[in-house]
Amino acid sequence: MLGKLSWSAIPFDQPIPLVTGAVVLVVILGVLVWIVLAGHLPYLWREWITSVDHKRIGVMYTLLACVMLLRGFSDAIMMRAQQALAFHSNGFLPPEHYNQIFSAHGTIMIFFVAMPFVIGLMNLVVPLQLGVRDVAFPTLNSVGFWLTATGALLVNISLVVGEFARTGWLPYPPLSELTYSPGVGVDYYLWSLEISGVGTLVAGINLVTTVLKIRTRGMNYMRMPIFCWTTLASNLLIIAAFPILTATLAMLILDRYLGFHFFTNTGGGNVMMFMNLIWAWGHPEVYILVLPAFGIFSEVISTFSGKPLFGYRSMVLATMAICVISFMVWLHHFFTMGAGPNVNAIFGIASMIIAVPTGVKIYNWLFTMFAGRIRFTTPMMWSIGFMVTFIIGGLTGVLVAVPPADFLLHNSLFLVAHFHNVIIGGVLFGAFAGYTYWFPKAFGFRLHEGWGVASFWFWLIGFYVAFFPLYAVGFLGMTRRMQHYDVAEWKPWLDLASVGAGLVLAGIICQIMQLVVSIRRREELRDVTGDPWDGRSLEWATASPPPVFNFAFMPHVTSEDPYWAMKRRAQVEGDAKEPDYQPIEMPRNSPTGFVCAFFASVTGFALIWHIWWMAIVALIGAYATFVVFAWRDHDEYEIPAEEVARLDRANREARRELVTAAGSV
Amino acid sequence: MNILDPQGPIAAANKTILIDSIAIMLAIVIPTIIAIFAFAFWFRKSNSRAIYWPDWEYSGRLELVVWSIPALTIILLGGVAWIGSHQLDPARPVPGTGQTVTIQVVSLDWKWLFIYPDQRIATLNSLTVPVGSPLHFQLTSASVMNVFFIPQLGSMIYTMNGMVTQLNLRADEVGSLQGLSAHFSGDGFPSMLFDVHVVSEPDFASFASNTVKSDRVLNSDVYKSELLKQSVPKEQAAYHLTDPELFGSIATQKIPPGPGPEPSPKEASNIGGGNVR
Amino acid sequence: MSIAVAHGHDATLIGLDAEHAGPASKRIVTAYGFWIFILSDMVMFSCFFAAYAVLLGETNGGPSGAELFNLKNVAVETACLLLSSFVCGMASIAAEVRNHMWFQIAMAITCVLGLAFLAIEFHEFADLVARGAGPSRSAFLSAFFTLVGCHGLHVSGGILWLLTMMAQVFAKGFRADILRRFLCFALFWHALDIIWVAVFSVVYLLGSAV
Repeated sequence: MLGKLSWSAIPFDQPIPLVTGAVVLVVILGVLVWIVLAGHLPYLWREWITSVDHKRIGVMYTLLACVMLLRGFSDAIMMRAQQALAFHSNGFLPPEHYNQIFSAHGTIMIFFVAMPFVIGLMNLVVPLQLGVRDVAFPTLNSVGFWLTATGALLVNISLVVGEFARTGWLPYPPLSELTYSPGVGVDYYLWSLEISGVGTLVAGINLVTTVLKIRTRGMNYMRMPIFCWTTLASNLLIIAAFPILTATLAMLILDRYLGFHFFTNTGGGNVMMFMNLIWAWGHPEVYILVLPAFGIFSEVISTFSGKPLFGYRSMVLATMAICVISFMVWLHHFFTMGAGPNVNAIFGIASMIIAVPTGVKIYNWLFTMFAGRIRFTTPMMWSIGFMVTFIIGGLTGVLVAVPPADFLLHNSLFLVAHFHNVIIGGVLFGAFAGYTYWFPKAFGFRLHEGWGVASFWFWLIGFYVAFFPLYAVGFLGMTRRMQHYDVAEWKPWLDLASVGAGLVLAGIICQIMQLVVSIRRREELRDVTGDPWDGRSLEWATASPPPVFNFAFMPHVTSEDPYWAMKRRAQVEGDAKEPDYQPIEMPRNSPTGFVCAFFASVTGFALIWHIWWMAIVALIGAYATFVVFAWRDHDEYEIPAEEVARLDRANREARRELVTAAGSV
Repeated sequence: MNILDPQGPIAAANKTILIDSIAIMLAIVIPTIIAIFAFAFWFRKSNSRAIYWPDWEYSGRLELVVWSIPALTIILLGGVAWIGSHQLDPARPVPGTGQTVTIQVVSLDWKWLFIYPDQRIATLNSLTVPVGSPLHFQLTSASVMNVFFIPQLGSMIYTMNGMVTQLNLRADEVGSLQGLSAHFSGDGFPSMLFDVHVVSEPDFASFASNTVKSDRVLNSDVYKSELLKQSVPKEQAAYHLTDPELFGSIATQKIPPGPGPEPSPKEASNIGGGNVR
Repeated sequence: MSIAVAHGHDATLIGLDAEHAGPASKRIVTAYGFWIFILSDMVMFSCFFAAYAVLLGETNGGPSGAELFNLKNVAVETACLLLSSFVCGMASIAAEVRNHMWFQIAMAITCVLGLAFLAIEFHEFADLVARGAGPSRSAFLSAFFTLVGCHGLHVSGGILWLLTMMAQVFAKGFRADILRRFLCFALFWHALDIIWVAVFSVVYLLGSAV
């Protein structure tokens, strides 16, 4: 009746997941009860859960990322603690448990922190920067978010019902095959990612179509903000790469569920094929993550240097070059598999070539700062911290791209330090910069600067203290994923790394404090005009937060940095006369995304536990949801002209002082 | 296990390439980092002495330089990569003194089996090699993927079931080294460390002849009954190899791959419906 | 050239909705997005093609394609699918001229042809399994069943979509949004035809020659 599911799936004999799970469950239930009792449920349902507004969806993606960052970071703290303790000892985490923790850590950080963070920021900002009202497919956008949330939910359920994969964040066969991983752990991983992969693909289709087909009048490609270019490149990569992940995980699912022989040891299976397929996805994936971060830095550095981005065309060329070349380097993830010198050398050289456009970007940012007037706000701090940190990470990356060097460093903690260097220094710092930079646009008030700067320094120093020792211990021969070790030379470095993790924890606490304090003091920190940073692109032309329709009239753009041009124009020509307001049609909210994700969660859970009848029923439910959605007769609602006028006038009034103030600068 | 302290020519060459590549890149990276700090400091808003060019966004000459610096660096490193990959191809034989020693390596869950087909011996988790002789490794796995790695002797290589990979090394100093598996392979993975004893030629010969006289015998039956199942051995056994085709049988899957974990009582009750295998 | 400010400096310069050179029309946007989806689906199929190519020789001592494939069946399947694409084209024309009767008839015939294709394929699979040449026999057969089966699954999904479209047009007529959805359906159905051409060429024709 319930497939493989039984009471023994709950880890009554393992205190750590049991207690954690119990606490989390109590907290979640408590929050839900409070929401219902305080009468917030109708508001949440109407304004957030069923919202198809790209700004709301962007915020929800970001919130998901931040919550999952806490989960992924807890895994990291446990790993550092274990490695500090487990010298000539088994530590406090037995192998079965430790192996799940590092697998969950990687999976969560990549798929449920980094991806949602950049997708959330792209969702929030891109339509505003393009001067339009929403993305191409608003309801699909909602579906994409909720399916991603489904994946996150399934991974977290594995903590208390069953187990998670014990294979690492990429489930290499034969270890991930049924023979060597007979439990449900790998299945949790597979279904969680298959489902959230659909969500990601949907986001990719949405954003590419938006950037290519939905821009305001006059916004030629070469007038788009650079963040929109990096969004385009990143989402093109999503469309080209995620189907590979879908197919590869499907093959592993077929092996495990129906006895197929894609990657098994027997029957003619080929484990090397898995490596090739998964990294053909895996390498573009890291560029999917870092390109939006590069875009954020371009925006931030340009804004806070008071200058346009240096070498815009070069940046565009570099972005698209990275996009294309990222598909040609995948073999550098397994130089040591024995492909032969020609193949290894070619892929090594290709991997180095990708460092060229990246280097160009760094220099263009440098020259954006040159002859600028730099304001050291939190986002700018993150950007400068990124530039230095990412260069070092890039250096170590080019280093392991040299096959003979990789022959010594593959899978070592040097490699682990390298990819954390570029992902934390690149993607995460970019996400934090974007979060701080666009927070006022999303919520109408800025984040507290002091706590922001504090969190930056803790993160920066903490990162170096946590990961540079890992470079050292990689040179001393230590490999990754070791639950215990007996080599004395490694211990001091691992101890130092735990100190670093503690500093990062302090950074995270500062970020939580920043949020709490900012909410409490939001009136002081209020962004009255919608342009708190003296910005250059169109999102700063709207109120903070923007009305649901973003722009009362979609602007007519005639240059790069269109909002900057508008402000200078306004200084010369004075205040523009009020336009003739028209009613605006916006897409209606829909529960489709949420309901579909509900059925997807049930399907995933049922498939993991082999509860076939439940999976079929849930699939039918998911299909029915779409049919119900297709059957509705009204998919838009009209905002009357008076309402548009009211909202727009309020912002024009607030901006008058900005125009006058700017004129006196 | 310090890779910066090579004990053989392969490791030494790998290390040279490593250091040279770092040096080439630092030559670019350090000035760039200094420039970042310098520009950030000098062009801060409060510095009224600094120039401010609010419309400066393009310079052809600067673009040329900006594209050239990374490009030239990469061309240089690309050359290093091409030459190095060919010279240090693991399958390329290494010259040395004395007879080439062939060692057949099998990674098991969770131990290393070293078969010396010519000497008719085999050892578990302990590798003894003569100093200065070319070492020719043939590697396979009994079950899941692993990576054979002796950091101070150089290049690591994957081991995979049903396939044979090749590695050539040489140890140039007498002494004790360590090796490990550099690819996660399950619960017993951290225990897959092995000792490497680099000894003189005569010592190697006596090691071989002593081990041949061992009462412990290794053939397919012993292999299947004692070594194949998942376990972490407590001692470093030494065997007399009575089946010189053992490695071949493992590599061609004549001996089927090792089994997975024995289900715990809790798991056995979980594996109810639907396990198609 | 004057720069129009968001506040509405000159109303004639400001685009309100899709008709001006600004955001594209809904029909274009929908079709474009769906094309991109089809491209992503083709990437997924290429992975299965790649796996098939890699595992072609891994018959594990079992039967190879030449011993198993019945090219007559494949010819009939191909005819069904190609014909169904043609008839689907007829349905598109009927939709364009808003002819309910011919639309439903054409869609029904498309459905029947699609089901015929599926029936033959299902029969072929069942036959192979009965002969001990099921997907768990060897890696080659795993790749074969997955590639061809994935296409079959897409056709099945397509049929479900087809029936839903028929019901929608019947209930609500040729409304603009329903026509956009039908456009996507037609694109999907034709794309499946293209994939089938690749499948029967690479799998059946090349496989039988080996």
